[in-house]
Amino acid sequence: MTAMIDFDVDGPAAPPRSNGELVFEEPWQSRAFGLAMSLHESGAFTWDEFRAELISAIAVWEEQAVLGEDYSYYQCWVTALEQVTVRNELVTPGDLVVRARDLALRPAGHDHENDHDHDHDHDHDHGSGH
Amino acid sequence: MSGEVISSERIPINLRTEALEQLLVERGLVDPQVMDTFIRTYEKDVGPLNGAKVVAKAWTDPEYRERLLDDGTSAVAELGFKGPQGEHIVVVENTDAVHNVVVCTLCSCYPWPLLGLPPAWYKDPAYRSRVVREPRTVLTEMGLELSQDTEITVWDSSSEVRFFVLPQRPSGSENLSEAELAALVTRDAMVGVAQVRT
Repeated sequence: MTAMIDFDVDGPAAPPRSNGELVFEEPWQSRAFGLAMSLHESGAFTWDEFRAELISAIAVWEEQAVLGEDYSYYQCWVTALEQVTVRNELVTPGDLVVRARDLALRPAGHDHENDHDHDHDHDHDHGSGH
Repeated sequence: MSGEVISSERIPINLRTEALEQLLVERGLVDPQVMDTFIRTYEKDVGPLNGAKVVAKAWTDPEYRERLLDDGTSAVAELGFKGPQGEHIVVVENTDAVHNVVVCTLCSCYPWPLLGLPPAWYKDPAYRSRVVREPRTVLTEMGLELSQDTEITVWDSSSEVRFFVLPQRPSGSENLSEAELAALVTRDAMVGVAQVRT
């Protein structure tokens, strides 16, 4: 019990994983999170505006929940993002559908899901920030 | 409300997200580097250890505890913890008589600067609806058996207020340092679904 405690690494509350749980389960969830944070920071919408859409998306899911379909908080998050970006005229529903369909037509095996984890296009300035 | 934008199109969620990101990046509305920084921060830097430091300080510094209960937001900011979702923090203290537990029934509001992003169970519809109706049962299911004499208070976080639980300091921890105490404090204890154990 008297062993040195590494304040920033050990202990049940150590980041980044809390109680063994990943913060994001899939890459798209982290992208959706980053999108909302970036757009909010640049003033594209207020947080209350986004939150109102999130509440509404969650309520819609709960009303329409299909038995056996898992709840996905970040799915509601993406719906809220779509709503708030469309309402602020940053994108149109048509743009989104066309682009998503184009993406769906990419040849199989093209691993876009992990694009963002590789960081291959960026300068390797990982020391910056944190 | 304009209704569902494209979710009725049955497009996989990862493609919906990617389409939105591509369009916003192409239009110069989002900088991917800024996105990456936000993601990295919440994946790696901001987590329950921040809240644990606040709790340990409150346990060892009575004046800080007073300030924390009086004005959570500024007491937390004293330790450098501020940012999105940390603007209106209210700290509720557990005692032998009262046990506090936090939920956000509408949308999973959570004190990010103190605890990082919420775990799956906190966002789950079952937790959000049931902990309000039958808190004792839910806590028991989560492994927390409280004395029948202990009253349970459920706090519903919102955009106006984000609640944070100051757990009870465990017996047998009298000789521990602030850093050693912080290492005992779990995320679940600061949401109120667990107690701190030595």
